[in-house]
Amino acid sequence: MVENRPLGNLLSHVVLILGVAIVVFPIYVAIVASTHPPGTFVRGVMPLLPGPNGLENYVTALTEGRSRAGTPPISLMLANSLIMALAITIGKLAISIISAFAIVYFRFPFRLFFFWIIFLTLMLPVEVRIVPTFQVVADLGMLNSFAGLSIPLIASATATFLFRQFFMTVPEELMEAARVDGAGPMKFFKDILLPLSITNIAALFVIMFIYGWNQYLWPLLITTDSQYFTIVMGIQRMVTGGDSEPLWHLVMATVVMAALPPVLVILFMQRLFVKGLTETEK
Amino acid sequence: MAGVVMEGLGKTYAGGVKALTGVDLEIADGEFVVLVGPSGCGKSTLLRMVAGLETITDGVLRIGDRVANGLEPAERDIAMVFQNYALYPHMTVYDNLAYGLRNRRTPKDEIDRRVREAARILEIERFLDRKPRALSGGQRQRVAMGRAIVRDPKVFLFDEPLSNLDAKLRVQMRVEIKQLQHRLKTTTLYVTHDQLEALTLGDRLVVMNGGRIEQVGTPIEVYDRPATTFVAGFIGSPAMNMLRRDWLAQTGAAEALGAIPAQTDLIGVRPDDLLLTPPPGPHLTLKGRLALFEPAGAESFLHIDLDGDHLGGAGVTATARVSGRPALAEAGALDVHVPYAALHPFDSAGRRAA
Repeated sequence: MVENRPLGNLLSHVVLILGVAIVVFPIYVAIVASTHPPGTFVRGVMPLLPGPNGLENYVTALTEGRSRAGTPPISLMLANSLIMALAITIGKLAISIISAFAIVYFRFPFRLFFFWIIFLTLMLPVEVRIVPTFQVVADLGMLNSFAGLSIPLIASATATFLFRQFFMTVPEELMEAARVDGAGPMKFFKDILLPLSITNIAALFVIMFIYGWNQYLWPLLITTDSQYFTIVMGIQRMVTGGDSEPLWHLVMATVVMAALPPVLVILFMQRLFVKGLTETEK
Repeated sequence: MAGVVMEGLGKTYAGGVKALTGVDLEIADGEFVVLVGPSGCGKSTLLRMVAGLETITDGVLRIGDRVANGLEPAERDIAMVFQNYALYPHMTVYDNLAYGLRNRRTPKDEIDRRVREAARILEIERFLDRKPRALSGGQRQRVAMGRAIVRDPKVFLFDEPLSNLDAKLRVQMRVEIKQLQHRLKTTTLYVTHDQLEALTLGDRLVVMNGGRIEQVGTPIEVYDRPATTFVAGFIGSPAMNMLRRDWLAQTGAAEALGAIPAQTDLIGVRPDDLLLTPPPGPHLTLKGRLALFEPAGAESFLHIDLDGDHLGGAGVTATARVSGRPALAEAGALDVHVPYAALHPFDSAGRRAA
């Protein structure tokens, strides 16, 4: 629609800019706070301009963290988070695409039943089943391990469902043509279905990676060994741990670094991500 | 190369729905057979059973000298062209053609030779590096055919391959398919619902209805001597006019009735056989009025209300096809003439009487 209404334009822009400001301002404050020396915060006034200690704060955070309060250096927590998020993401994608393939392309007894069972788990997020899941993981001896951090979060009804919907839009004749061309089911999956799903995989990768990266409650529950702390839960430890005042400059530096990887993933996969959400290749 | 033999082929779906019953058909080596029928008549099901994409629930299918009932599509040595082409969208044209050969572990240089040969025959060499998305409908159609011929299979199966093309391209591709088949001499089974394709393409025509074969014969045989009223109404456009024997008796055409078998119930007349000028031989004359005049360039269609009551009052309308554009006025009285030789007699069961 092409309309020219200066007042309406102005008003909508003001609303939009206000909205952006509300979202962006806390992030700005976090970045600014991470560049000040420790003494700044004791006075209780938040500075609004960057301070001189940026580099120093980040180096301290990365290499030492708040060791006295029992938190490992940020670099270790970043690495832990990355391993966990990648394991969850790749695990989710691998399992859900294969189960969607089974549900759509194979006729086995109780196929619909299994589909609905998978679909039902959509209603049970980690937080709801956290106590029994904890019990299972503890009994299996997976506390304080990457397996314990990632495996319980891998099953994904959402991804299975999305892949199923995508597979159902792939013309059946493609599968038949592949059969005539001498491709068995797995070859069809590898040669045709997988390349066609690539944009969907990318989009889900971004969503799942952020989901995995932002896990808070689960890592908090099952890790007691600081070797396995992840960054999102680590922030909380940094604030409350120890008996001194929170070291806000280090906390803020950690916050900024914790927010960075999801942003990078989105930036790098943006093109594929948008394509996967909007376009269906025919 | 090989022929295809079907003995009592039948298909019953899990729910008990019978899609096909007792199909017997022998296709000779190198023959071009067209399956035609209205939608839902089972022609595509039959084709897919030959391809191996549908299981065969009754009867025996032989391709060459092998029983093919339980074979996977890839083991049957057939190639299929789908209605929507079913090209692999993420592969280049070259890879689309080569995919089947690679799965058969054909040597690389052999694949290359065959793909280029097929591309040359179909004149798609320029597009080998493109993806299907970047091709027009006609070009995609050629690629789909290329994928079939590149494998040099025993049998080609076409499932309404031209129905997604525009009218002009359809005519062109029809001619090309026929020429291609003449050159390659590969046994071909071709499914269509298009009259013109059915009549022009094949060596033999198989008309199907309700899961059974109605008639098998050369296109001209089927057109000239339809075996049932269904075939008579289905093949030929506009459809054959059907006149009831008792109606004809009413109009006083006793002499004409003497010329046809006694058990006749319905009499068919092709629109081309309704003549405006009396032919020299023995003929029947029907009186009527011109209800509608449709000029179509080289020919014209006349819709004629024939005089006489059709069992309870409704009038009988016949369609005639005449060449050129005769100067006729709508609603004007009109006599049409039919040679006795052009009457198609059918009995009460709808079968041709003699």
